[in-house]
Amino acid sequence: MSNFPFLSVLTVAPLVGALVVALLPRRNPDLAKLVAFGWSLLVLVLSVVMWIAFQADGDRFQFRESYAWIPNWGVNFTFEVDGIALVMLMLIAILVPLVILASWHDAESSKRSVPVYFALLLVLECTMIGVFAAADVFLFYVFFEVMLVPMYFLIGSYGGHQRQYAAVKFFLYSLVGGLFMLAAVIGLWVVGGKTFDWQALSQAEFATDTARWLFLGFFLAFAIKAPFFPFHTWLPDAGGAAPAGAAALLVGVLDKVGTFGILRYCLPLFPEASRWFAPWALALGVIGIIYAALLAVGQNDLKRLVSYTSIAHFGFIGVGIFAFTTQAGTGAVLYMLNHGLATGLLFLVVGMLIARRGSALISDFGGAGKLVPLLAGVLFFAGLASLALPGTAPFVSEFLVLIGTFTTNKPVAVIATLGIILAAAYVLWMVQRTTQGTLNPALTEVDGMRRDLSLREKVVVAPLIALIVLLGFYPKPVTDVINPAVKATMQDVGRTDPAPEVGSVQEAAK
Amino acid sequence: MTELKLPSIDYAALAPILIMLGAALVGVLVEAFVPRRLRNAVQLGLALLAVAAALVMVILNADDRLITAGQAIAVDGPTLFLQGAILILAAMALLLVGERTVERGGAFVAHAAVTADSADDRRQADGMGGTTEVYPLVTFAIGGMLIFVAANDLLTMFIALEVFSLPLYLLCALARRRRLLSQEAALKYFMLGAYASAFFLFGVALIYGFTSGIPGRGAGVDFATVHAAVSESSSSPVLLFAGMALLAIGLLFKAAAAPFHVWTPDVYQGAPTPVTGFMAACTKVAAFGALLRVFHVAFAGASWDFTPVLGAVAVLTMLVGAVLAVTQTDIKRLLAYSSIANAGYLLVGVLAPSKEGLSGTMFYLVAYGFSVLAAFAVVTLVRDADGEATHLSRWAGLGRRSPFFAAIFTFILLAFAGIPLTSGFTSKFAVFAPALDANQAWLVIAGVLTSMVLAFPYLRVVVMMWLSEPGDATPTVTVPGALTSAALVIGVLATLVLGVAPAPLLDLANGAAEFVR
Repeated sequence: MSNFPFLSVLTVAPLVGALVVALLPRRNPDLAKLVAFGWSLLVLVLSVVMWIAFQADGDRFQFRESYAWIPNWGVNFTFEVDGIALVMLMLIAILVPLVILASWHDAESSKRSVPVYFALLLVLECTMIGVFAAADVFLFYVFFEVMLVPMYFLIGSYGGHQRQYAAVKFFLYSLVGGLFMLAAVIGLWVVGGKTFDWQALSQAEFATDTARWLFLGFFLAFAIKAPFFPFHTWLPDAGGAAPAGAAALLVGVLDKVGTFGILRYCLPLFPEASRWFAPWALALGVIGIIYAALLAVGQNDLKRLVSYTSIAHFGFIGVGIFAFTTQAGTGAVLYMLNHGLATGLLFLVVGMLIARRGSALISDFGGAGKLVPLLAGVLFFAGLASLALPGTAPFVSEFLVLIGTFTTNKPVAVIATLGIILAAAYVLWMVQRTTQGTLNPALTEVDGMRRDLSLREKVVVAPLIALIVLLGFYPKPVTDVINPAVKATMQDVGRTDPAPEVGSVQEAAK
Repeated sequence: MTELKLPSIDYAALAPILIMLGAALVGVLVEAFVPRRLRNAVQLGLALLAVAAALVMVILNADDRLITAGQAIAVDGPTLFLQGAILILAAMALLLVGERTVERGGAFVAHAAVTADSADDRRQADGMGGTTEVYPLVTFAIGGMLIFVAANDLLTMFIALEVFSLPLYLLCALARRRRLLSQEAALKYFMLGAYASAFFLFGVALIYGFTSGIPGRGAGVDFATVHAAVSESSSSPVLLFAGMALLAIGLLFKAAAAPFHVWTPDVYQGAPTPVTGFMAACTKVAAFGALLRVFHVAFAGASWDFTPVLGAVAVLTMLVGAVLAVTQTDIKRLLAYSSIANAGYLLVGVLAPSKEGLSGTMFYLVAYGFSVLAAFAVVTLVRDADGEATHLSRWAGLGRRSPFFAAIFTFILLAFAGIPLTSGFTSKFAVFAPALDANQAWLVIAGVLTSMVLAFPYLRVVVMMWLSEPGDATPTVTVPGALTSAALVIGVLATLVLGVAPAPLLDLANGAAEFVR
C-alpha cells in the first residue's frame, strides 16, 4: 500500500472535485454542497489510510514521488512527507469537511454563486495539501503563491464588512512576502547547484553571508504568512472580514504554512543562519505573545479577537521552533495541530453566533447562554481549549514549548508564560460578555438567537471537541509521528538537547 | 579598378522577409484592383497566408546558422526564434485587426474627414467592410521587424527600423473613434520616433568612425568589424562610448525603456487597440531582438562599460513603469506602464551575458507577447455605444455582468503580476535566474521590489471587476467574433501552457540561443 501515490492523488483530488462542483448548475446549490462535502470526506478517508501507512519509526521522509516538470531548471513534481507535514495534512483533511459543513448557508447571503464558494474551498484544499506535500522548493513556492488566489476570492467575494479592503491587504502582504521568497528561491537555486530538490539542497553548503541573506528572504515570507509581530496587521482584517469557515481555514491551516516553512526550509537549509537569527526570532515571538494578547483583550469584534489570539499563539509556536530543543520543537508542531483544532473550532462557533445575531460585535451580545445554552457551552469549551486549559490538547503543546524553552532560554520562557495569564483574560472576558450575565434584551428580538445548535452544527463541533479532549489526554499517537521529524530537524540545525527525553515529559503532561 | 563582385545571397534564408514584403506589395495592388466589397476578406486572407508561409519558411530554415547578403543579414538561432515569435504574435494581432463583428466596419477609419457614426461612416462600414489599408501597412511593419532582428550591420538595422516604424506611425492615426487622441498619438510617436532614429543614425556614424582605427582592416558597420574594433581599434574610445550611447537611445526608445518611454502611454492609449496590441507584442520582440544582437554580438567586448549604464536604465524603467502604473485610471494607459515595467524586466535578461540569459529573454518576449495581446483583445470587447470603455471606473462590477471575460482578464492580470502557473511567473524566473547567476543581484532585487509595487494596480483592476457592484455605467462585454475569439483563446492558452509546461519552449529557446558573428 505504501507504493500508492498518496501525495499526488491527495493534491489532485480536491482540484478535480472543485472543477466538478464549479460546473454543477447554479440553481441547485444543495447538490453542489453535497458533492463538495462528499469529496472532502473522500480526501479525509484517503488521508487516514495514508496516516496508517506511514511508519513512524521508518525513514524521515516517506511516500516520495518525483516526476519531471521543467527539466531545463531542474524542477520536478517531488512530493514527500515527514511527520510534521503528515500531521498538517491530517489537520487539513479533518478541517475541510467540517468547514464545508459549517459553511452550509454562508454563501447564500452574499448573492454570489454558491457552487463557486465550495469549489473555491476545494481549490484551497488542493493548494494547502500541495504546499505541505511538496519537497521541491520551486513546487513549494508555486503552491505557496497560488494559495493566495482562492483565499482572495473567498474573502473578497463572500466576506463581511470591509471585505474588499481586507482581501487586497491580505493578497498584497502575502505577495510581498512571496516575492522576497522568490528572490531567495532563485538565489538558492543559483548557489545550490541549479537544483530545487530539498534533499539535494539540504546537503549543500553555502557561504555564511549568502546563507544569511537567503534565510532572511525565506523567513520574511514565512513571518508574514504566520504571521509574526510586526508583520501581523493583515490577519485581524482578513480574519475579521472572511466568512467564518474560510477564516477557520485561514488561521487554522494557511498560517501554519509560515511556521511549517521555517521548520522545513529555514532551519535545515541554513542552520548557521538560523542559529544566528534565533535571538531575533525569539524576541519577535515573545513580543507577539504579549502584544497580540493585550490587543485581543481590547477587541469588541469577535472574529478580530480570535484573530489576535492566533497571533499570540503563533508567538508561542515561533518561540518553540527557535528554542532549538526537541521538546520545544515537538511542542511547536503539536501546537500547530492543536491550534488548528482549537482555533478552528473557536472560529466556527463564533461564526455560528454571528450568523444568528447578524453582528460580530461583542457588545451586541450578553447573556446569550440563556437563549442558546448548548452553543454557549461549546463556545466556553473552545475558549478554554484556546487558553490551553489542562485536559485540552493545546495545554500539552504549550507546556512542551515552555519547558523546552526553559532549558535553553529562561527569560523567554518566563515572559511567554505571562501570555497564558493574558490568554485567560481575553478568553474569559469574551465568554463572560457574550454568553454570561444578564440577558441583553435586544437578543430576544432576534429570531436566530432562539435556535440552539442544529444537528448539522452538532456534527461540525463534535469531532473537534472529541479530538481536542482526546489529544489532551493521549497525544502519543501524534507525538510519535512528530518526534523523529523534529529530532532530525534539530540535528540539521546542529543543536542537541540539554534536557531529558520527551517521553518522560509526556508522562508529566498526562 | 577592382572588379565589382555581387554578394552571394541565400534566398531560402531570406524567404520569410521576402514573403512578407512581397505580400505587402501585393496588398497595395489589391487596394487598387479588387472591388471594395471583397477587399477586407482578400486582404486579411493574403496577410494571414503570407504570415503562415513565412512561418513555414522559418521552420524549414530552423537549422540555418549563416550570414548572407554580404554581411547584411545573419540567419541564426536568435534570428529564427524571434522571427517565428514575431510572425505568430503578428498573426494574432492580424486577427484582432481583421475583427469586423464587434464593431461594424472594424476599429479603423477610412478618411480623416468621416466622423464616427455619421451617415458616411456607416455606409462605409456596412457596404464596404471597413478600411483595408491597414493590412499592407501591418504586413510592411512585420517585414521590417523580421529584418530588424536579423540585421547584421548597423545600416541594415537602421533601414529595418524605418521600414517597420513608418507604417506604425500611420497605423496609430487610424482609430475610428477618439480621432483627436489617435492623431495626437501618431504625431507624438512620429516626432519622437524621428528623433530616436536620428540618434541611432548618428550613433552609426560615430561607430563607423571608430572602426576606421583598426590596423590593417577597412572601416565598416557590420557587427564582426565593430566587434573587432572594440578590442583592437586605435581610435578614441570616446567615439565608441558616444556611438554606443546613441545607438542604445534609438533602440531603448523602441523598447519603451525609461527615460525614453514618455511616448508609450499616449500612443498606447490613442492608437486603435488592435494596433496597440501589435505594438506591445511585436515591436517589443523586434526592439529587444535588436538590443540583444547589438550588445551581445557587436559590443560584447565592452560589456564592462555598458552593463552598469544599462542596469541603471533597467532599474529606472522598472521603477517608472511600476510606480506610475499605480496612479493610472485608464486601462490602456495602465497596460502601457505595465509594458514599460516589463521592458525593465527584459533588460535584466539582456544584461545576463550567458546562454541562459539570452534564452530567458527570448522566452520572456514570447510569453509576454501572448499575454499582452490577449489583454488588449479583452479591452476591445468591453464597450458601450461610444466605443471602447477604457476608463477603469467603467469596469466596476464587470465580473458580475460578464463573468467569463472578467475571469479571463483576471487570469491575464495574475500572469502580469507573476503568480505561478502563469507564463508571467516562469518568464520572470527565466530572466531573473541568469541575472543572479551573473552577479547582477541588484537588478533582481529591484525587479522583485517593483513587482510588488506593480501587483497593486493589477489587483485594483481585479477588485474593480469582481468586488465592486456594477453601476449604470458598467458596459457589457460584446460577444467577440470568431477572429477575436481565436486571438483570445490563443493568448490565454499560451499564458497558461507556458506557465504550467514551459519546458518545450525553453528547450527551443535554449537550442536557439547562440549568435553567429
